[in-house]
Amino acid sequence: MANLQQFCTFFLQDQFFGVPVQQVQEVIRYQEMTRVPLVQASIRGLINLRGQIVMAIDLRRRFGLEDRPDSQLPMNVVVRTDDGAVSFLVDEIGDVLEMDEEKFERPPETLQGAARELVRGVYKLDERLMLVLDTERAVSGGDEPGHGGTRVN
Amino acid sequence: MQDAEIVKEFLVESHESLDRLDQDLISLEKDPSNREVLASIFRAIHTIKGTSGFLGFNQLEAVTHVGENLLALLRDGLLTVTPAITTALLAMLDAVRQMLDSIEAKGNEGERQDQELIARLTALLKTEEGPKTDFTGGEQAQTVPNIGEILIGRGAANTSDVHEAVAQQNAGDPRHVGEILVEKGVVKPQDVVEALNLQQQARGQSASDSTIRVDVGQLDKLMNRVGELVLLRNQIVQYTNSTEDSELLGTSQRLNLLTTELQEGVMKTRMQPIGNIWSKFPRTVRDVAVGCGKQVRIEMEGKETELDKTIIEAIKDPLTHLVRNAVDHGIEPPEARRAAGKDPEGRLFLRAFHEGGQVNIEITDDGAGLDGERIRNKAIQKALVGADQAARMTEREITNLIFLPGFSTADKVTNVSGRGVGMDVVKTNIEKIGGTVDVQSRKGEGTTVRMKIPLTLAIIPALIVTTADDRYAIPQVSLLELVRLEGEQVRKGIELVNGAPVYRLRGRLLPLVYLKRELKVGNTAEAVEAQNVNIVVLRADDRQFGLVVDEINDTEEIVVKPLSKQLKSINAYAGATIMGDGKVALILDVLGLAQRASVISEVRDRAVAEKQERQALGAAAGGQSNAVLLFQYGESGRMAIDLGLVARLEEFPADSVEVAADQEVVQYRGQIMPLVRVSEALESKRQKAAAAANGSLHVVVYAEKGRSVGLVVDRILDIVEESFVMQPHTGRTGVMGSAVIQKRVTDILDVPGLLAQTQAMQLSARPESQ
Repeated sequence: MANLQQFCTFFLQDQFFGVPVQQVQEVIRYQEMTRVPLVQASIRGLINLRGQIVMAIDLRRRFGLEDRPDSQLPMNVVVRTDDGAVSFLVDEIGDVLEMDEEKFERPPETLQGAARELVRGVYKLDERLMLVLDTERAVSGGDEPGHGGTRVN
Repeated sequence: MQDAEIVKEFLVESHESLDRLDQDLISLEKDPSNREVLASIFRAIHTIKGTSGFLGFNQLEAVTHVGENLLALLRDGLLTVTPAITTALLAMLDAVRQMLDSIEAKGNEGERQDQELIARLTALLKTEEGPKTDFTGGEQAQTVPNIGEILIGRGAANTSDVHEAVAQQNAGDPRHVGEILVEKGVVKPQDVVEALNLQQQARGQSASDSTIRVDVGQLDKLMNRVGELVLLRNQIVQYTNSTEDSELLGTSQRLNLLTTELQEGVMKTRMQPIGNIWSKFPRTVRDVAVGCGKQVRIEMEGKETELDKTIIEAIKDPLTHLVRNAVDHGIEPPEARRAAGKDPEGRLFLRAFHEGGQVNIEITDDGAGLDGERIRNKAIQKALVGADQAARMTEREITNLIFLPGFSTADKVTNVSGRGVGMDVVKTNIEKIGGTVDVQSRKGEGTTVRMKIPLTLAIIPALIVTTADDRYAIPQVSLLELVRLEGEQVRKGIELVNGAPVYRLRGRLLPLVYLKRELKVGNTAEAVEAQNVNIVVLRADDRQFGLVVDEINDTEEIVVKPLSKQLKSINAYAGATIMGDGKVALILDVLGLAQRASVISEVRDRAVAEKQERQALGAAAGGQSNAVLLFQYGESGRMAIDLGLVARLEEFPADSVEVAADQEVVQYRGQIMPLVRVSEALESKRQKAAAAANGSLHVVVYAEKGRSVGLVVDRILDIVEESFVMQPHTGRTGVMGSAVIQKRVTDILDVPGLLAQTQAMQLSARPESQ
């Protein structure tokens, strides 16, 4: 029997990503947040999630992609980590997909930049590739020192 | 077969009595003739022994059995208490404690080698030529029913069995009546345990029926829920304040009050007297003192001072360390003390008291004190500070060097202290819970370690400020005062010292830190050139600095939420909280900010130097320099009140004033605070207080002997520090005299005189007399 795993999928620019569903607490629409001065730029702020304070990490910035246009509001993928819940800001949410372990492959050696650290592997789908996000690293790793969060709106 | 419930009950009760036993034994050593203490020790050990026998903990029973015999001899006056006996009995308590811990963890007493302890106790028994009998039989006082009676009364045993057992005991059987009955199988062990408990109750030893034990986890959960409720309350209050619906307003006000009361109630359940930790110290002190051949007596004041459970736990280890340190390093050996003309017995004094919403804890010893020269040399030798830096340090800074990591002056390393870990850990642990530590010492006279600890961690009062459109919370414990500069004052008031902005606060230079600049948000230049400047005067590590913010909003009770590791590491935020509108606000870490802005290192020495300077100035001016609060009463009356008498400044909405016993009162921090309208009390002919018009009352809270009275004034004008000479008045009640302050003639308020003629003080005294 094939080894199946479910992934919650989302889009960043034109790339397709997945996080194992067990790690995902919930998916919510854009929330207003409070910026945190002095932190690295990818931490966009703090969200009040029903009384729980959740740090929001912009995956675009984490991957070193350009910021999404002001008119486009990100979505929150809230995942559980050892250090409490953390929200990833993504462009768009995809379906929950069931993946066969056989379609998995290590990331290519040629992977550059932040992605090299953040992508655990690739699932080969018929028409595209799904990159598996390493949530722990996405949360704990640093990127370039903050701009003081001045660009948060 | 053991009933787990019985064992659990036994463990809890035995632990409680052990804690008391430590103390009792120490006090017994001081006063060997105190039969009451002896009897109480005896009973406690007797109960542990009895119960452990029934539950089949034989090793525990064996150890307590010898101990009991020894205590019986003491109780009957056949032996007198000697240090050797006390030490042996304390060792027995330790063994009992270990076994109880093992029972709790593993269900049995564990592998033990107690023969030596038992032999030691037995040897002490034999030093006196006493009859070697078991005294437990005749132990009960007449008013206390014996086990047999209780068992019969409860129907657990029949009369003939009990008589038989008693006869057997009289015939020389060393066992208890209960034991004999259980052995015969006529009584269940559980019944005997219950009977023993009843017997304890008859002696008035067990906790009264009015208290119950609650799982701490349960209280923590409750506390969290209340935290959420407080947030929700804040949101609803904020929302309803913008509506006109009076019914909704009323309801939300009631919700507001109820929530506050509930919050206080829950907090109270978590409060514990500091005496709970202190009670272990007599034993600690004795052990350390005996270990290093010293004589130390411990005295305590303020044992009943209460702190939140989490805080009590957090300060337990630091306090223990400080106490051990004081005995080990601080207090000299008896010969040295005698040579120095001191009482050979050293004194360790613990003191706790409330002050300004915080708890102060002091540990004072009358030992040798810290040797500044030695500390300086040691610090240089260990390369903790440079030689030139050390030379410039004040005495106080030198003393506080002992808090640096890796510092230890002890020449010999003992098992107690001198390993270079310690004081720095104490400081870190205290600071972790938002407290501060300070050391003062006089060579040859002793050392005092002073700690300031917050009452609770979960919900704190905070000042909300806005900067670059974001709100930040500043814990009120760090807050000293607020200063607002307008127009001309900004240009004149803020000066530059080599580029560093300072403000002259009552003649002293206050370094200014712009929050915008520190957090790198918004336009800093704009802040410097602003029309109005709001300065939040803060205290960090005994230094003062002014934090410049865009706007000062309000004070609020906030629920502290922890931050994730990454945000904590920035060293600028102490946590986060959720505001009334549901948005998140960061809590500023005042100490961290001060360090970031290098306030703490820059203004080194200044505080001390300034103090001396001021004293010198005051002396030169021929008058004492006084800090006073200036306020306006009536339309144009100008008055001053000694700042030392002012506990706080508050603003209350006019509709929060209620009337009790013909006296205006407000609810303030869970108490009823009477209000005195200064302008009316002074029978001023001027127009009635203008305050009612704008809907809020300016209140100067005056506190005396734990009671508070609110003085309603019409406007707070300023706080000034000036030296002035008062010309006494006798004509007017409530006025002490007049003086020229800020170049204007100002009356000086006589608060006690003013209150004497109103009934305010009487009313506020009432709740206390209950």
